[in-house]
Amino acid sequence: MEYLYFPGCTLYTKAKNLDEAGRECARVLGFELRELSNWTCCGATFPLAKDNIMALAPPARILARAKQEGSTVTTLCSVCFNVIKRTNRLIQADVEAREKVNTFIEMDYEGDVQVLHYLEILKRDVGFDGLKTAVKRDLGGLKVAPFYGCMLLRPFEEMEFDDKEAPRIFEEFLEAITCEPVDYPYKIECCGAFQSVGAPEVATECAYAILSSALRSGAEAVTTTCPLCQFNIDSMQKEIREGHNDFPGIPILYFTQLLGLALGLPVEKLDFERNDVDPRPLLREKGLI
Amino acid sequence: MGKIGVILCACELEGVPLFNPEALGKNLRGDGGVLPFVYHPPVCSELGMEAIRAFLEENELDRVVVTCSKPELFGPTLKKALRQWGLNPSLSEVLGIGPALEGGREDDPQVGTERVLHAIEKGIDEVRRRSPSKEGQSPFIKRVMVIGGGIAGITASIDLGNAGYEVLLVDRLPSIGGRMLQLSETFPTLDCAQCTLTPKTVETGQHPQIRLITYSEIESVKGEVGNFSVKIRRKAAYVDWEKCTGCGLCQEKCPSKVFSEFERGIGPGKAIYTLSPQAVPNKPVINREVCRYFTKGKCRVCEKICPAGAIDYEQEDTFIEERVGAIIVAMGFDLFPKEEIGEYGYGDVPDVIDGLAFERLLSASGPTAIPKEVVFIQCVASRDPERYLPYCSRVCCMYTAKHARLYKHKVHDGHAYIFYMDIRSMGKGYEEFIQQGMEEGILYLRGRVSRLFRENGHIAVWGADTLTGKKVEIAADMVVLATAVIPSRGARELAEKLHIKTDEYDFLTEAQWKVHPVETAVEGIYLAGCAQGPKDIADTVAQGNAAASKVQVLFSQHRN
Repeated sequence: MEYLYFPGCTLYTKAKNLDEAGRECARVLGFELRELSNWTCCGATFPLAKDNIMALAPPARILARAKQEGSTVTTLCSVCFNVIKRTNRLIQADVEAREKVNTFIEMDYEGDVQVLHYLEILKRDVGFDGLKTAVKRDLGGLKVAPFYGCMLLRPFEEMEFDDKEAPRIFEEFLEAITCEPVDYPYKIECCGAFQSVGAPEVATECAYAILSSALRSGAEAVTTTCPLCQFNIDSMQKEIREGHNDFPGIPILYFTQLLGLALGLPVEKLDFERNDVDPRPLLREKGLI
Repeated sequence: MGKIGVILCACELEGVPLFNPEALGKNLRGDGGVLPFVYHPPVCSELGMEAIRAFLEENELDRVVVTCSKPELFGPTLKKALRQWGLNPSLSEVLGIGPALEGGREDDPQVGTERVLHAIEKGIDEVRRRSPSKEGQSPFIKRVMVIGGGIAGITASIDLGNAGYEVLLVDRLPSIGGRMLQLSETFPTLDCAQCTLTPKTVETGQHPQIRLITYSEIESVKGEVGNFSVKIRRKAAYVDWEKCTGCGLCQEKCPSKVFSEFERGIGPGKAIYTLSPQAVPNKPVINREVCRYFTKGKCRVCEKICPAGAIDYEQEDTFIEERVGAIIVAMGFDLFPKEEIGEYGYGDVPDVIDGLAFERLLSASGPTAIPKEVVFIQCVASRDPERYLPYCSRVCCMYTAKHARLYKHKVHDGHAYIFYMDIRSMGKGYEEFIQQGMEEGILYLRGRVSRLFRENGHIAVWGADTLTGKKVEIAADMVVLATAVIPSRGARELAEKLHIKTDEYDFLTEAQWKVHPVETAVEGIYLAGCAQGPKDIADTVAQGNAAASKVQVLFSQHRN
């Protein structure tokens, strides 16, 4: 199976640990991620104003180019996934917006490329049962709290990703790769998003609420699909500790890193040194590396 | 067979120029058996009725198709008139041409005309198809069937029984009493529901004119007013009710312990059960889904213990057929399942219960728990058009206030919080009841709860208080969801059997909300209680009375 792969900017820079593990795992699992030959930034936010057609141009151009190279495009980053999937839906449903965007990008695109998140490929095409059989390194029931954040799920009626109030796909994924998913109430809350730029105290409180809840529920690590969530709940843990000196800290892993670990990839391919809270002591303690 | 007259009401001319009435007349004239329509003043007026009579008489017509913009209103009127004129009302059809004209175009009346013609021809075919009914020959049966043995059905049955008519009261549960029997005390007077209801259930059970047909469901309904033929499925109870003395020994000794549906899944029950110790009739049934003998093939304890030898594992469903002249449908309500509400944990968070379960906790005869912090959430699935149901369930504001007050009366050091959207307390003594609750220390918070989850041995409640603009977090011991009132299971299927209509939520539809609130579009079938829409007990009883008096009016018009 082959999918067109849109990595997005962050995965080329700060989130290489999300990107590289994802590509390696695809190879192991027998599907190909063919990177789009010519791509730009997705725009990073889906426009909130209905008449902000300009903001649709970058994702529309990505989709139109994808159409020339294949039929299904996939992403790892939740934000890119959100922007591209919603743009695709809008182009399908709103003729006026479609015409304007097409005129602007000077291409003719009708919304007929399928947009899937990597997790959806694992669930639908590889299958979690298939994934189970591909596991080489038993993670021994490592207690991992899945953090969905917002972008995979919201707005529910546009993303149609999973159950809106109690999604399960992440848990099913973790079970398949021999982790023990930890249920905690903050799994679909907001990480603080861009507040970490203008009002970091707001974002750190969001992150603290999420991580302390995960810890209370017995999590040993948290996993995410989103570089922005990762920044707020991983890179900001220093700042969290400034306000909450009893906060013990907890490693945050991209889901592809856990997947790579379970599939038996060599540790040096998983870029653990890029994670701000070093997960290696935990993984060593558990005998996983 | 005589000709069929076709009459177009003057009101229908509002549809012109979407269709051409002249062309309509010509085309109908082409058919030998059909007499062309005549225009009239509005057919429902006195002049209109007189004109119809003259038209029928003049042309010696015994059958008629009338088009009218409100067929559900005019239909019964015409049928009554036809009967008075000595004609057979079942050989008439009233229809509206409005639906046929939907999407029509003013510049092309031909299409509209054809569609109207088609609609009228369908009416003509329908009248032709009906074999001359036996009405007129067979007597008008003055016997009533009441479907549903809750407070609505009981009220109507007692009234009709006292008026001297024979009543068949059908309920799908083993005993009568319905939802009200599950309630603790009732607003706004706080009197005990069982104490109010039990005398009525007993009176119903002992009434010489009322026959109880419980643990039974309606299979099919044929016929028409004065002569309905109803087939009833009597579900196998696996207990011979003729022999059973109601001693209760079987329930005591039954080893299959289950959660009782009557106790709303929070109290204990047995595989062989009656709904309550005061059940009328006081006869048990076996739930074969959970019975040890039926599921595992071994046990038969009840059979061994029964002093009357009434247990019969071989019993099967039986069918009976009853003829009645009128039917009252009072099949009650259910609550929106909390298992469908994701933000409140899909029913998986322990100690998050619905209003009826809390009634059982409050009830002297129900199970017990003593929570210290109780959060009540109103409008769960009601008034939520985006996600669940748009309508107001009408009783939740009052019963939640009652819950909180009764709780405070019983647990003096407990705290009760009510999340509400608006407080709707229009009813005699209702607003005073709410005010009293506030004075008793219930904390009302205007806002919604976004999520419930289990944390540190409590239920974490995340809500908003929109009056202070603050987020509220409460660590509760129990959360009570005032889930929406929805139609009883199987409402639409029963409505289809009765040929009465349901609305988009499956509540039964009355003939007309303002002036015919108890009648249905089918003559001889009446509604009472929450089957029609959410209602409190007072309104339900009033409608039970109304339905009974409608039946009496109907019966008094026929002298056999």
